[in-house]
Amino acid sequence: MQKQQAEQETVPLNGDEAIALAAKQCDVDVVAAYPITPQTIIVEKFSEYVANGEVQTEFVCTESEHSAMTACIAAAATGARTFTASASAGLALMHEMLFVASGSRVPIVMAVANRALSSPLNIHGDQSDSMAERDSGWLQIYVENAQEAYDTIIQAFKIAEETEVSLPIIVGLDGFTISHTLENVNILKDNTVKKYVGERKLPTVVNQEGKTLPYKLDPENPMTMGPNVSPNFYFEFKRQQEEGMRVALKKIQEVNSEFAQLTGRSYGNGLIDSYQLDGAEIAIVVVGSTAGTLKVIVDQLRQEGIKAGILRLRTFRPFPVDALRAALKNIKTIAVMDKSMSFGGFGGPVFNEIRNALYDSKERPTIVNYIFGLGGRDSSPRDLRRIYEDLIRVNKTGRVESTVHYLGLRE
Amino acid sequence: MSSKEKSWREMPIAGVCTKSSIGFMTGDWKTYMPVRDLEKCTTCLTCVMMCPEGAIKWRPEMGKIEFDFSFCKGCGICANECPTKAITMKLPDEEE
Repeated sequence: MQKQQAEQETVPLNGDEAIALAAKQCDVDVVAAYPITPQTIIVEKFSEYVANGEVQTEFVCTESEHSAMTACIAAAATGARTFTASASAGLALMHEMLFVASGSRVPIVMAVANRALSSPLNIHGDQSDSMAERDSGWLQIYVENAQEAYDTIIQAFKIAEETEVSLPIIVGLDGFTISHTLENVNILKDNTVKKYVGERKLPTVVNQEGKTLPYKLDPENPMTMGPNVSPNFYFEFKRQQEEGMRVALKKIQEVNSEFAQLTGRSYGNGLIDSYQLDGAEIAIVVVGSTAGTLKVIVDQLRQEGIKAGILRLRTFRPFPVDALRAALKNIKTIAVMDKSMSFGGFGGPVFNEIRNALYDSKERPTIVNYIFGLGGRDSSPRDLRRIYEDLIRVNKTGRVESTVHYLGLRE
Repeated sequence: MSSKEKSWREMPIAGVCTKSSIGFMTGDWKTYMPVRDLEKCTTCLTCVMMCPEGAIKWRPEMGKIEFDFSFCKGCGICANECPTKAITMKLPDEEE
């Protein structure tokens, strides 16, 4: 039976404003943040909600991002629903505490308006900041537009707060391209979101007397979080975190389907979002807003009779190996786009993992890498079309002249 | 590794510890210990407030300050903060 969709309204919002609104509607208890471009609008807008009495949130202004993340961890440890936002140098300054958050299993939701890292200083969009936090134990979902940014923040609380997941989550949106660009966004009613997200659930622990307690800091039932753990035990806790990631693979798909019933919107299976991939011979794998421009190119190519497709990797952590293998099974030639660099490595971080995932394929495809858009360098439709033209040539000749390319770089 | 230890599935989330830490005598590895000169002490309680371990107790019923050496780590903050310099840090064998 088709469930009736919730009432919605179309409003003009940029990506940052859409995220602030989503966090407000999720009835967040604590926001601790420090402003940084291109994320600033998120916490600026949220502080307006606080000042206007539109939310009951405790808003903590900190002196640095390291402190902001520390305050978020402490708040989340008491059972509070916690949100923050950052980017670039701010996220880098949080680095140490990101591991404390994931290791403490606190489901903080953080929007990252992806931005380049210094030096030289650059405030524009690329994904170097959150890609550098790949191994911090946070879930990572990257969005394509402001609508998805809004939807994904709501979904993020459902995913992260699932007790068997209990991991913090980064929702990445391309700096300026999404954060500062005005779009029509369909928004839900406050009550609809509040009801959908519900109260935060907590994992349980059994204390010394055999009593089951919620995992939270509570003066009535004191417990030590983040204790000193010897080599005899540490490894096991890291394996527990990995299990949280594996449960998240299922939970992200489940939330994607639930959300589709509520709003009529879904993003592939939640992990990967394909476009014209059925019957495609060549394909581009991309993360973030560039997928939007690529769709225009693919439509043109399809009209010209070229079997081209797109796979947008929406969930980067946990890495959806099985979904990727199934989706790319029949593709002969693949280009992976990376909006960040791994200096001295063999291609970018996304390329490395995609190629690794497909290594065991029966008919191993040819896979090349395009580093692009660093420091906000624009990738025009013409640049992107050139990648498909390269793929057509490689697909025809079977010859790869070089594996790693720099798109739009002056040679 | 002993197979009697719990597996990762059986261990509590994130290494949470519900046992009270009162039983862990964290003061047993100190080098220096605070020694108070009762003639100089004005019981202003600065040391009680400053001790990061809560190891200096004010007993109002007795009008006394007590050091709990089971938890005093010998950091010397009390000696540094004491306005009348009534506390000095000494090696245990220097203590009179």
